[in-house]
Order: sequence, then structure tokens, then C-alpha cells
Amino acid sequence: MYNKTMIVAGLVIFVLMVTFPVWYNRLDAGPLPKPELPPGGEKECVASASFMRDKHMQLLYEWRDDVLRNTDRVAVTVGGKEYRKGLQMACMECHSNKEKFCDTCHDYAAVTPDCWDCHLTPTEAAAKKEAH
Amino acid sequence: MDNKRRKFLKMAGATVLAGISAPAVVNLTSGSALAASGTDAAHGGHGGPAPTGVRLGMVIDMRKFYGNQELLDKAIEACYRVHNIPKIQNRKSEIKWIWKTGFANAFVDQSHNKRSETVLNNQFPVLCNHCDNPSCVKVCPTKATFVHEEDGIVAMDYHRCIGCRFCMAACPYGARSFNWEDPRPYIETYNPDFPTRMRGVVEKCNFCGERLALGLEPACVEACQGTGAMVFGDLNDPESEIRKVLNQEFTIQRNSAAGTRPSVFYIV
Ligand code: SF4
Ligand code: SF4
Repeated sequence: MYNKTMIVAGLVIFVLMVTFPVWYNRLDAGPLPKPELPPGGEKECVASASFMRDKHMQLLYEWRDDVLRNTDRVAVTVGGKEYRKGLQMACMECHSNKEKFCDTCHDYAAVTPDCWDCHLTPTEAAAKKEAH
Repeated sequence: MDNKRRKFLKMAGATVLAGISAPAVVNLTSGSALAASGTDAAHGGHGGPAPTGVRLGMVIDMRKFYGNQELLDKAIEACYRVHNIPKIQNRKSEIKWIWKTGFANAFVDQSHNKRSETVLNNQFPVLCNHCDNPSCVKVCPTKATFVHEEDGIVAMDYHRCIGCRFCMAACPYGARSFNWEDPRPYIETYNPDFPTRMRGVVEKCNFCGERLALGLEPACVEACQGTGAMVFGDLNDPESEIRKVLNQEFTIQRNSAAGTRPSVFYIV
């Protein structure tokens, strides 16, 4: 074996660099996001809060395939109220403030879903109505 | 030596000829077999049997649109409004779901030089024909465009479109548009129930699938309500209004020679 010290030193520097963001923030990931609950006061979602927290993306993908590919647009009923399957049509009806709901977690987790390139947030939808 | 070369060339020529003619023979025989079985005659089109089950289609009665371009504008406007279609003037970036064009463009294979003035002086509405044998679907590498087996609508799943534009090249009707730019600045009012599209995807008329699901007619048909200018329904249902119109009137399809078997019919 030769150059042992160089290799060990290199490894140590590598590990330090890779873990830099963790210890630089003193093992703190910052304040947890607090998404705003529906301003309309709705209590029930189409599934439990924990399911939605973990799997809302899967649910949205399922709805997308149901509506677009499987011709299954049957509405989802929650507490007597019907919601058409769709991000814009069901989710945003209650979670009408995308900035204070969706964005809080997405920003925290540094994910940028491209849903909003096509789907309109309630603010966007309202914007064009006023302009014309 | 010379003799050998001649022999070789003869053989090679014969082999090539056999290779070329073999598929032609197969094609001819399978074609005449189809014609003999009556399938081809039954739907008056080209290739393959006509699908059974619900098959949505449209009849456009041009007699109602002659001299009444306002009605046509109204129908087009309705479609633009419900589907958040951008109004881009620039020809290259333009997005078209239903639009107006002259007879010669709409019916490229119906050419003769003594057409009636009515036909020459009026604009024809054209849209995706939701073909029975859609060439756009065959070429899509991601299945972003596909046929709804339940009703025959040729649908788009924008989530899957990778913007390769093979479908645009394949469609003989120019019924598809590509979003070269972000469409949002060109949309006048938003319909909050329908998404917009993004840069980089192809779009086209969807036969108002989202409205049909709610029991509504397509927006353009609704805009012409009461005039009979546009009739929508199941082409395979003998009791449907569209079927009755098709039985009574002489209709033509756009570029039927392309073999795509359009589901949009015109009374001219
Ligand atoms: S008109 Fe064009 S886009 Fe529409 S189904 Fe036929 S081939 Fe496809
Ligand atoms: S059927 Fe619907 S999407 Fe197609 S042209 Fe008419 S209004 Fe537009």
C-alpha cells in the first residue's frame, strides 16, 4: 500500500463535502411547512389526511388516467358533495390558495411539479376574467 | 466468363422482380377478398371493416352556413371559449381546433373548375375528423394520441405528448397544432373547468369529451342549436338523429382518398 495518507485525506474531504448541507444547517432542516387548510372550512378530503400527504401524486395520476384514458369521469362524493375528478375541478375547489397550500410543501421539499404549466390555479383563472 | 455474368444478371433480375411483385399480389387479393365480403362497400370507405359499438360523428350542413358566417363564427368562438384556446395571429404558432377555410382547401379531392358560386364564396368549418382509421394515432410513439374504444373519439393525453409532431405530419387534414409558445398570454378568458396547454405539446379538437361526460353536446353544436347546422351523435345507432340525416342526405367527407375514414360529414 502506498499513498495511504493521501487517500484517507481525500475520502475525509469527500465525505465532508457531500454532507456539507446537513451540518452547515446544524442538522436542522428549517421550520416545517404549515400548509393552510381550506379557507372555505371544509373538513373532509377525498381521502384521509395521511394518505393525501403521502400519496396525493398517485391519486392525481390515477384520476388523470381515469378521466383521459379510461373514460371514467364518475364524480367522487365526499360528505354529500360531489367532486369531479381533477386537480382544477376537485382539489382547487377547497384548497383555493395554491400559494399557501401546495407551494409551502413543494418549496420546502424543493420539488417543482409541472402541473401548473397547464392547470389553472384559482388566482390565475380569476385573473383573466377581470382583465376582459 | 461473359456467359456467367449474363446468367447471374438474369437470375438477379428475376429474383428482384419476384420480390417486388410478391407483396403486390398479396395486396390485390386481400383487397378483392374484402370487397367481395361486402365490408368495404358497407361503410363506403377504404381498408378494414367499420368498427361496431358507439361511434361518435358529426354532420355539418353547409346549407345553413351559406350566407350566415356569423353562425359559423359563433360556433368557433364557443369552442375557443370552453377550451382555453389561444388566439395567436402568427400563422406558424397559430392554434386551431375548428377553423374556417375555402372549399378547395377543405375538399382537396373534389376539384373541378366549374363550382357553384355559393361554394366558392363561403367558408367551410373544418376540425379533427376523429377518423376511424387515424393515421395520427399510428405514428405516435408514446400513445399520447389514441382512440377511445368506447366512442371512437381520437383523444389527446397532453401529459404524455413529447412534442415530436409525428401526428401533425401524419394527419392529412392539418387538424393538429403545435404550441410553439406559451399559450396563456393569448387566451382572452379562462374557462376554470378546463386546463390550458403548455409550450411543446400538440393539441386538437377533442369532440368535447369533457362536455359529453356531463351530458352536454359539443360546444360548437350547442352554439348552432335550433339551426340543424351541426348534428352530433352515434353513427352506429340506427335511431340517432345523425343516422337519419345521413340516410336522407348526400354527404361528402374531406379527402376520403387518404383512407383515414373521417367521422365528420358535410352536406354541401
Ligand atoms: S383528422 Fe387528423 S388528427 Fe383527427 S383523427 Fe384524423 S388523422 Fe387524426
Ligand atoms: S367538438 Fe368541441 S372541441 Fe371539437 S370543434 Fe366542436 S367545440 Fe371544438
